[in-house]
Amino acid sequence: MNISRRHMLILLPAAAVAWKYVEAGEPEASPNYQMSEHWWGMLINIPKCIGCGNCVRACQTENDVPDGNFRTWVERYHVTDTEMTTPEVISPDGGKEGFPVAQEDAGKYFFVPKMCNHCADSPCTQVCPVGATFVSPDGVVLIDQTYCLGCGYCVQACPYGCRYLHPTKHVADKCTLCYHRITKGLTTACCEACPTGARQLADLKNPNDPIHEFLKTHPVEVLKPQMATGAKAYYYGLDGSVR
Amino acid sequence: MKDAGHLFRFAGLFVVAFLVFLVVRGYVVPKTFGQYGHYRGAAIGEIAQHPVKFAGHQTCEGCHSDIADTKTKGAHAHVNCEACHGALYQNLPAPPPPKGNLYERFVALIVPPPPPAPPILLHADDPATVTPVKPDTLVLCARCHTASAAKPKGFPQVDPTQHMGGVPCETCHNPHSPAIGSDTSASPAAGGAK
Repeated sequence: MNISRRHMLILLPAAAVAWKYVEAGEPEASPNYQMSEHWWGMLINIPKCIGCGNCVRACQTENDVPDGNFRTWVERYHVTDTEMTTPEVISPDGGKEGFPVAQEDAGKYFFVPKMCNHCADSPCTQVCPVGATFVSPDGVVLIDQTYCLGCGYCVQACPYGCRYLHPTKHVADKCTLCYHRITKGLTTACCEACPTGARQLADLKNPNDPIHEFLKTHPVEVLKPQMATGAKAYYYGLDGSVR
Repeated sequence: MKDAGHLFRFAGLFVVAFLVFLVVRGYVVPKTFGQYGHYRGAAIGEIAQHPVKFAGHQTCEGCHSDIADTKTKGAHAHVNCEACHGALYQNLPAPPPPKGNLYERFVALIVPPPPPAPPILLHADDPATVTPVKPDTLVLCARCHTASAAKPKGFPQVDPTQHMGGVPCETCHNPHSPAIGSDTSASPAAGGAK
């Protein structure tokens, strides 16, 4: 067989391409968990929240969240009768160690647990220049931290302030809805640790999930509905002063 | 046709460049990129592999069924075990990083990968090694039950300085079923969970 130098130059890369695709094989599959059968969200029952900070501590433990950053946090609102649009909001250390005692005076107090809303049309995933953050087929907004550049566009794009740049990994970090737990049939760490049931993991594709009965019979709200993010953190008892 | 030879040579260059592009792309773009969308599909499985630290109340109740029975009768029926006891886990030494092939080792030289998460040992897997610390009820109970105007009105609240004067809560209340006079057989003093 007589192959000229020119033919060799053409054949070699072609063979390399072919071998690369032979080597690639089939993508890995997850045997016990079918992503197409789930669509995850969260129900947050504000009248049940007592501001103990269990959820914040549990999230930090479960997910190794660095001090000073939060995947979930709790805010305390104080709204006086006439200052509806300018509530006083505090969240000392994310509410991790609870809140100072509130003295009985004018207006109302309530706690608002905050976390990633796992938006179906999330602004944060749309701005990622490298495809490092995405909405998974089961509706969870995740970050591929091996692919993230740490540019911080998504941190700016999230209208709910739910993302941060990890101080040591130098990549974006956020709530994964405890994806490593919910895919094993467990609930999230924050739901597991909440003593009053103020948080409830919801599988919107599961017809037996109690979320459906709750959504049918209770008035619920999402944060910043005007932004049309398709937020899936449903708040019951949300006050109009909450931003 | 003899004048068109230079065009074929030029076209050949394009073909070679395209093949080189395909080779480089084949190596640089991860295999599962685009499997579900404009991202690396394998990332979903990797995130799902993170270690679990909160075992879940079902796991606790497998062994501590006596306490689970006590709890169902009281006001703390829906307070999960780890809400008070915390996640019962222990970090194990991290394994050596995988060696990888030549290309992966080259990439690791330029961009050092994050250290692998240390494996987790749960109390439920090895009750002798991973032992829980008994919570201090003066701190633990006060976290939820300290009176504050910000808490829901129906939630039981006390002023810790006046309510018990430094006496630990479990002296009067069984934390697993807190109403006074309720079953205390599962209390720590009676040999229950310590």
